[in-house]
Amino acid sequence: MYTDKVMDHFTNPRNVGELDNANGIGEVGNAKCGDIMRIYLDVQDNIIKDIKFKTFGCGAAIATSSMVTEMVKGKSIDEALKITNKAVAEALGGLPPAKMHCSNLAADALHKAIEDYKNNNS
Amino acid sequence: MRRVYMDHSATTPVRPEVAQVVTKYFTETFGNASSVHAFGREARKGVETAREQIANLIKAKPEEIFFTSGGTEADNMAIIGTALANKDKGKHIITTQIEHHAVLDTCKYLEKQGFEVTYLPVDAEAMLDMETLKKAIRKDTILITIMHVNNEVGTILPIKEIGAIAKENNILFHVDAVQSFGKLPIDVNQMNIDMLSASGHKIYAPKGIGCLFLRKGTKLSPIMFGGAQERKRRPGTENVPGIVGFGLAAELAGKEMEEENKRLTKLRDKLIDGILEKIPESQLNGHRTQRLPGNVNVSLRYIEGESLLLMLDLKGIAASSGSACTSGSLDPSHVLMAMGICHEIAHGSLRLTLGKINTEEDIDYVLEVLPEIVEKLREMSPLYNSIKLERREECSKCTLTK
Repeated sequence: MYTDKVMDHFTNPRNVGELDNANGIGEVGNAKCGDIMRIYLDVQDNIIKDIKFKTFGCGAAIATSSMVTEMVKGKSIDEALKITNKAVAEALGGLPPAKMHCSNLAADALHKAIEDYKNNNS
Repeated sequence: MRRVYMDHSATTPVRPEVAQVVTKYFTETFGNASSVHAFGREARKGVETAREQIANLIKAKPEEIFFTSGGTEADNMAIIGTALANKDKGKHIITTQIEHHAVLDTCKYLEKQGFEVTYLPVDAEAMLDMETLKKAIRKDTILITIMHVNNEVGTILPIKEIGAIAKENNILFHVDAVQSFGKLPIDVNQMNIDMLSASGHKIYAPKGIGCLFLRKGTKLSPIMFGGAQERKRRPGTENVPGIVGFGLAAELAGKEMEEENKRLTKLRDKLIDGILEKIPESQLNGHRTQRLPGNVNVSLRYIEGESLLLMLDLKGIAASSGSACTSGSLDPSHVLMAMGICHEIAHGSLRLTLGKINTEEDIDYVLEVLPEIVEKLREMSPLYNSIKLERREECSKCTLTK
């Protein structure tokens, strides 16, 4: 049901954890629907120097979280803001249709973290 | 890699003795049981022997057994058939909130047709209170339909007491026994059961075969039309290989029940105790003792069921979960919800159901692998922080109350 790429990111998730020096944190989802994604950013000069995630959720939730961190690490926050949930799913070779809406929220979490960073630094 | 199948409540492998006789009825004794010729008569003989084998297991008469395509069809036949046959007497049906969807969705269908259904609540262990049942009975109650064993958490419901209450009030009593048939002793007379649904593939027979026990003299409107098979109650050419296999599997299950239950209970308790001991913040779902011998259902906090199943699968362990992702809806298992378990904990539920092929080594393997997987997933979870020992209590925000 999942692509090899999803399974790869699920079994070997990239950038799991928290950042003590995070200057932007974003969270989406809730325990009721079974998905919570939390993204920690370390932004320096508009560049995402470091990024970590913690996710409570299904295989797709964990894989999309891992994927989005890989996609934006080292990128500018403007580039990161352009990344959509759909692009994350595509980068993983697609997700089962049932997962497209409930577990594909990693880009939303990322955008929230960037928003948080902007609020902290305005 | 070691492969451990612990999903026997989903389905079981066909046992070799059964597969052998089924194959014989596919290739040699292949006649239509309704045919006059020798081929037909031989097939008929197989069907009637199976009917006796099944009747014996639940102390019924052979003519009270009607073969169906499985448990779901038997549930539909019993509930819709009773409702239609008794609609002049009343329109009220009593069931529970923890039934299988084969019963729940059938009841919901009948509600749309003008019937009224009471869905009885259960307690935190999925146990039903008899006073609650008695209070729900109305003058126009025509049917009580309650499962024997819950398919998710394994709680054994007090069928004998429910049967006595049904009889006292002159109400028909249907039991969905899909998870108990061939696993627990059933006596349809002692338990005052009027109808009972059973399925073959839960007891090492093929998929696609089940039966309805219908007490002699019980009125039931047919829901299928088109032939005289099964005395017009279930028309359509009989699934002779399935029926014969189901009959043999039932007989063998009866013979082995006592010994197998002792073995499974021991394995089950070792697994439950091991999980609760090795994994912090884990809990057992369902009743501790009034529990199907092979059922283990635990909630492992701060993690989600589907990712847990994927991780277990990568280690060769087959299990199931009541999380939303695996239930095919946005909400976790309706059974866990009815027990008052909050969403976050229900999403982290894990069901391991043991059977014939499981050994003590399998239990040891799961107890070795599961704690590592849980730890790995918890490390990823924003609800859990092992270093700071901070816990987010999403449950406190949960709007559900027991």
